[in-house]
Amino acid sequence: MLPLILEGIGFRAGGQDLLAGVDLAIAAGPPTLFLGPNGAGKSLLLRLCHGLLTPTAGAVRWTGIDAERARRRQAMVFQTPVMLRRAAAANVAYGLKLRGLARAERAARTAEALALTGLAELAKRPARLLSGGEQQRLALARAWALRPEVLFLDEPTASLDPAATGQVEAIVRGIAAAGVKIVMSTHDLGQARRLAGEIVFLCRGRVAERAAAGAFFAGPRCAEARAFLEGRLTW
Amino acid sequence: MPDLWEAARLALALIVAGDPELVEIVARSLAVSLSAVAIACLAGFPLGALLAVVRFPGRRIVIVVVYTLMSLPPVFVGLLVYVLLSRSGPLGVLGLMFTPTAMVIAQAILVGPIVTALAHRALRGLYVEYRDQLCSLGARPWQVAPTLLVDGRTELATAALAGFGRAIAEVGAVLIVGGNIAHVTRVMTTTIALETSKGNLALAMALGLILLLIALAVNAAVLALGRDARGT
Amino acid sequence: MPRPTFPALFPLVVLLALALAPVARAGERPFITLASTTSTENSGLFAHLLPRFTARTGIAVRVIAVGTGQALRLARNGDADVLLVHHRPAEDAFVAEGFGIERRDVMYNDFVLVGPAGDPAGIAGAPDAVTALRRIAAARSPFASRGDDSGTHKLERELWAAAGIDAAAASGTWYREMGNGMGATLNAAVAMNAYALSDRATWLAFGNRGTHRLLFAGDRALLNPYGAIVVNPARHPQVKVALARAFVDWLTGPEGRAAIAGFRVGGEQPFFPWPKDRTDARGRTGSVPGHGHRRQESTAAIAAAPG
Ligand SMILES: Nc1ncnc2c1ncn2[C@@H]1O[C@H](COP(=O)(O)OP(=O)(O)OP(=O)(O)O)[C@@H](O)[C@H]1O
Ligand SMILES: [Mg+2]
Repeated sequence: MLPLILEGIGFRAGGQDLLAGVDLAIAAGPPTLFLGPNGAGKSLLLRLCHGLLTPTAGAVRWTGIDAERARRRQAMVFQTPVMLRRAAAANVAYGLKLRGLARAERAARTAEALALTGLAELAKRPARLLSGGEQQRLALARAWALRPEVLFLDEPTASLDPAATGQVEAIVRGIAAAGVKIVMSTHDLGQARRLAGEIVFLCRGRVAERAAAGAFFAGPRCAEARAFLEGRLTW
Repeated sequence: MPDLWEAARLALALIVAGDPELVEIVARSLAVSLSAVAIACLAGFPLGALLAVVRFPGRRIVIVVVYTLMSLPPVFVGLLVYVLLSRSGPLGVLGLMFTPTAMVIAQAILVGPIVTALAHRALRGLYVEYRDQLCSLGARPWQVAPTLLVDGRTELATAALAGFGRAIAEVGAVLIVGGNIAHVTRVMTTTIALETSKGNLALAMALGLILLLIALAVNAAVLALGRDARGT
Repeated sequence: MPRPTFPALFPLVVLLALALAPVARAGERPFITLASTTSTENSGLFAHLLPRFTARTGIAVRVIAVGTGQALRLARNGDADVLLVHHRPAEDAFVAEGFGIERRDVMYNDFVLVGPAGDPAGIAGAPDAVTALRRIAAARSPFASRGDDSGTHKLERELWAAAGIDAAAASGTWYREMGNGMGATLNAAVAMNAYALSDRATWLAFGNRGTHRLLFAGDRALLNPYGAIVVNPARHPQVKVALARAFVDWLTGPEGRAAIAGFRVGGEQPFFPWPKDRTDARGRTGSVPGHGHRRQESTAAIAAAPG
């Protein structure tokens, strides 16, 4: 289904161009990271890629597959996780049920996903009573249990403690190593360094720079990215 | 003039004595109103969910109409059902006039808009919160509504209780379509009206207090179950 | 920690409702629907009569107690099998229009004027009902009218007309139209210290008299006859004619008459079986039993008086 092609994407809302002139081809391979300051448009762009939003200009296309089928082969973890009013395990199983998996298969995959994210103990706890970090891990478990080919992660470690961040990064690396394409946003530079195969640097709704991770961190070409790396660019 | 204490003492005496006629009337009140609420919820919850999820032309108009129908006067509903079920009415052949079934129908009509509107209001908020996540997980529209119904259960229980409160307390509709026939269609509210018209004010008030106790029991039971179920 | 949830609770509620449903269903023995007035139901007359009838015939009677006007309307729509009501002209019209088979005299009592014990208008000594009403109007004492076009209300308006008083013009001042049943009107009269016209049976059985007293009774014009009508099956084929006839026959036969005569409220007899030799034909005034003169506390004199 890859590469995912974005052609002249624009997104306009409330009389403002929130995204404009985004041309991207996201190909299979190591993780693609959207990097940029708050409000740059990272979350918007992920939603557009995932098909939750329809661009007001341009088009999003998967290769060799229509959007409807592509939907079932991708998953996303949101910046603020949405927890269904059910037990943690039921949150994971819910997505599997939507995919039509049999009960036994659902149970097995749910247990596996919870174990992977260190939530096995909390399986029966109401999801909405979990801590912020636990909820974020549960959201990751729920997405991963779907066995997506492309996984969108919107700041998946934003409210995790350092240990959990390390664990989640390890999980993400493992998922990526298994051949899943990771498309992820972050403003944590260390994390970007650790995970990224390539960097898409967003600034004020535009792609300011796109480069292999090594090249980007060695010396970003655009001024905003340089300022961002040096901690001078806020918004 | 009877005072509240006299009424309370009388209510207590009636309860302690377990007066069979009172038990029968209480049971009938519960049977009629719970059936009406069950029917109203079976129709109103899915409808409320659909109104929250599905966009179609005229949706706003339907919502305004449903909300407006919450103000249906019971006597008007009673007359409406009477016109339908009367022997001279279009459904007269069914012979349902002056039966508990007719009372259930009238109360279901009365309660339907309430549970529908409250379900819509609650599920709409839930849908706004869930929309992206459910869409991401690949839920189809017909899968979204049941999810909202399950996850909105606490709010829906509140909606059902509001509907139950309306049903168990209304007298206008059941009096017209039930006829307050002793041992057939006499319920708590029609008994209260009857005793009031007989000038037995203390007894009428005592029955009113017992009605409140029943409502208390039902609400407490539902809310207790709701606390256990919250968040899971 | 498996917990009950609402989806689990819901079928439970439905089950409970279904389990209780039999309570809501009456026993499936034959029954007739009787549309009648609140006076007969509220006084306890039906509770006295109907078990006897049911024991004798096995026929249950379901009573819808509403005003005479509404009872006639229900029957007109075919929603009742038999009527027991008290407004002669309306009853005759009902039969004349072919909705009822025939009208049979069943029983009678009388209307009474009740009011505050102090009797501010001084109606207690009035020579007749029309004079009593004139005194109330002259004193502008509050008067609670049914105002619901019931049989009682119709009679009351006839009396005001006979008294030459346009009570309706005073509506909202001393003349207060309740637009309600007899019991509610009496409740209001007690609360407002107002006079009211009531049928004797409702008054006798009324539990909230406060300081109100029966102040005037005994005028021939206050006679209150009850008639029974079987609804015409030619109009409404589902009418249970045979069962309804059996009821009217029993009511006007020796057993029913004895039961009516034996009914007491607070030691008093509120209803009197219609005299046998006066089986009606000519309408209210021609065939009524005579009234004793201004005996206020009991109708016994009326019953005893020769026709
Ligand atoms: N539906 C919308 N209507 C109007 N403005 C919106 C809408 N959605 C997002 N925005 C705006 O678009 C901009 C980009 O939002 P976005 O969430 O993509 O930022 P981000 O790069 O993810 O930032 P952060 O690092 O804070 O998560 C923000 O200024 C936001 O306020
Ligand atoms: Mg964001």
